[in-house]
Amino acid sequence: MTANASTNAKMDASPSGMQEVENRPKNGADILIKALHDQGVDIVFGYPGGAVLHVYDAMYKNPIRHILTRHEQGAIHAAEGYARVLNKPGVVIATSGPGATNLVTGITDAMIDSIPLVIFTGQVATTVIGSDAFQEADIIGITTPITKHNYQVQDVNDIPRIVKEAFHIANSGRKGPVLIDLPKNISTAIFDEAKANVPDEVYLPGYQPNYKPNYLQIQKAIQAISEAKKPVVLVGAGVLFANACDELVEFVEKYKLPVVTTLLGLGSISGNHELNYGMAGMHGAVVANDAITKSDLLINIGSRFDDRLTGDTSRFAPEAKIIHIDIDPAEIGKNIRTDIPIVADAKEALKALLKNDFNAPDTAEWIDYLNSVRDEYPFWYVEDEKEVLPQQIIEMVHTITNGDAIVTTDVGQHQMWAAQYYLQNHSHQWVTSGGLGTMGFGLPAAIGAQFAKPDKKVISIVGDAGFQMTSQELALLKEFNLPVKVIIINNAALGMVRQWQELFYDSRYSQSLMPVQPDFVKLAEAYGLKGYRIQTIDEAERILAEAINSDEPVVVDCRVKQLENVYPMVPSGKALHEMVGVKKF
Amino acid sequence: MKRQFNIESITVGHTEQPNISKMTLVVNIEDDVKLEQLIKQLSKQIDVLKVNDITDKAIVLRELALVKVVSPPNLRLEMNAIVEPFRPQIVDTSKNVVTYQVIGHPDKIDAFIELVRPYGIKELTRTGVTATVREVQQTFYDQTPLSLLK
Repeated sequence: MTANASTNAKMDASPSGMQEVENRPKNGADILIKALHDQGVDIVFGYPGGAVLHVYDAMYKNPIRHILTRHEQGAIHAAEGYARVLNKPGVVIATSGPGATNLVTGITDAMIDSIPLVIFTGQVATTVIGSDAFQEADIIGITTPITKHNYQVQDVNDIPRIVKEAFHIANSGRKGPVLIDLPKNISTAIFDEAKANVPDEVYLPGYQPNYKPNYLQIQKAIQAISEAKKPVVLVGAGVLFANACDELVEFVEKYKLPVVTTLLGLGSISGNHELNYGMAGMHGAVVANDAITKSDLLINIGSRFDDRLTGDTSRFAPEAKIIHIDIDPAEIGKNIRTDIPIVADAKEALKALLKNDFNAPDTAEWIDYLNSVRDEYPFWYVEDEKEVLPQQIIEMVHTITNGDAIVTTDVGQHQMWAAQYYLQNHSHQWVTSGGLGTMGFGLPAAIGAQFAKPDKKVISIVGDAGFQMTSQELALLKEFNLPVKVIIINNAALGMVRQWQELFYDSRYSQSLMPVQPDFVKLAEAYGLKGYRIQTIDEAERILAEAINSDEPVVVDCRVKQLENVYPMVPSGKALHEMVGVKKF
Repeated sequence: MKRQFNIESITVGHTEQPNISKMTLVVNIEDDVKLEQLIKQLSKQIDVLKVNDITDKAIVLRELALVKVVSPPNLRLEMNAIVEPFRPQIVDTSKNVVTYQVIGHPDKIDAFIELVRPYGIKELTRTGVTATVREVQQTFYDQTPLSLLK
């Protein structure tokens, strides 16, 4: 792929431009770009505008790779995809006012899923802040509850320190988005090196995340594990953020501990690992939910006990003692009572557990039982003579790519089917919007993922509705020749809304059907991309492999059965053992 | 707001150290889990250096109120005599209105307000509570616990 080479020609500044930068006094914008280089930032997703003109001018003269998306939402989801795959901060630039507010959904998404981002927004000059100036929005006020931290730069000489702190905060402890609001007159102000105070080490006395586990708590955990009869390890995204997948696998293999994961914990252990009993929660595997319900010891590593995982919290893991390992102390005891809290980085905690040799619990009987449940209740669907089922499409995608591709999804039914049927072989290849459930996430996230890993196959599984929320970003696939494979699971409906209306509102399909859809093949062609359509299983078998194995970007419109439902399912407010649709009807 | 906590009062001011402010919050919380969450969520803020729950500590607790009361000349002496145990200061006065400044525990201020209410309160301004922990924490210290939990 040529994405690396084909950067916007304008970004390749002429040597004379560089010269000019060397000689003139540096302003805030120059310092900002320099600070990004100092942080090792190799790519920025953004969209220019009035308040950031100086920043873009500085970028022109001191090039940093900038990807111009077609909407700010595309930029921030691309940065999220990039951050998920590389486990390092994604960087976003937008202008003031509407540019900044268009980021709000993505910022919230990153906050709830703990994705490290550093976001720069332009702002009107400090002299007119508060005057309702053109393109003014109080983005600090707006983003305070949805960022890990935010800054409005008041003094040009603070820029290097603030940028350094922002990257540190975004990418340490429980990761998350940090926003820096840069008023226009600060970006033009002349920087005075002598007045800049940049400590070698970031100094934030109010922010000291605890990485090392408490010794006594680890001893308690060890005792609980060695005494357990029916232990289960619940793995969340914290294990991925801590790069602790190897330690996780070593730990569960050493002590023969069954593993279940959250939606965002998928990939932390191979989908085919014998101790991996799959995803738990609302649309999780029967065996995973059964393991939690019947377990006598639940070891939660880096999951925040989200309500889509727990179901009715009062009846969650009723028989289990609960060990909760989390880097964020506020997560412990927030949703589920905890018996042994361990505030630590997942990697450090697992290392501490591995360092102590202790008696492995006898889990043979428990594992036999779980295996029988797993065999008894696999994910299921009933083949249709006429129509293609969405699950079949995803199974085929999995077979064609051997489970090795990076998969991004949008939100809804297709997302759950992708979680159920696309078993991940590797970590950091599953990119989905979990906590916020942001439609429109899938395509831009795939773009960010492809920039992060130019040589990896990136599949974006999206629904027809969510795809249309950010489909303008198809332009980037063409512009940068990003070989993303966009697989549209097209049921001409808001499938999950329709499913809930079918099950809980007597099939009153209020505003959930989209009988008139654009011709997605022609839409792809309008963007200069190859488009395919699949309407039968034969076509699927013929076309999917060709499309996925091609080294070009493709869009595949898969027309699937509209009334297919995601099963099994824990109805809202019910406990995990009250799943419905556990077996073929 | 996001976490659904209702703050009764909040005061803030500089401390002895430059660039460090101290806030005193009064919050009514019904259970221990929510209280723990509140403290953790506050601690999580990057700018917050430390959070102390001083509910059950030996503390000095003060609030200031400015109470503007209708006080015609023929009643003023009587009023001054009645409020005297609260040791308020008269900080402003006019022909028919007097403004008392009263300082103390919020309970004391409540009592003061009830005392002068029959005369007609024109305006009431309270600062909210500020507090400091006593140097010596004596267990026998005669202090009514403020917490509703214990």
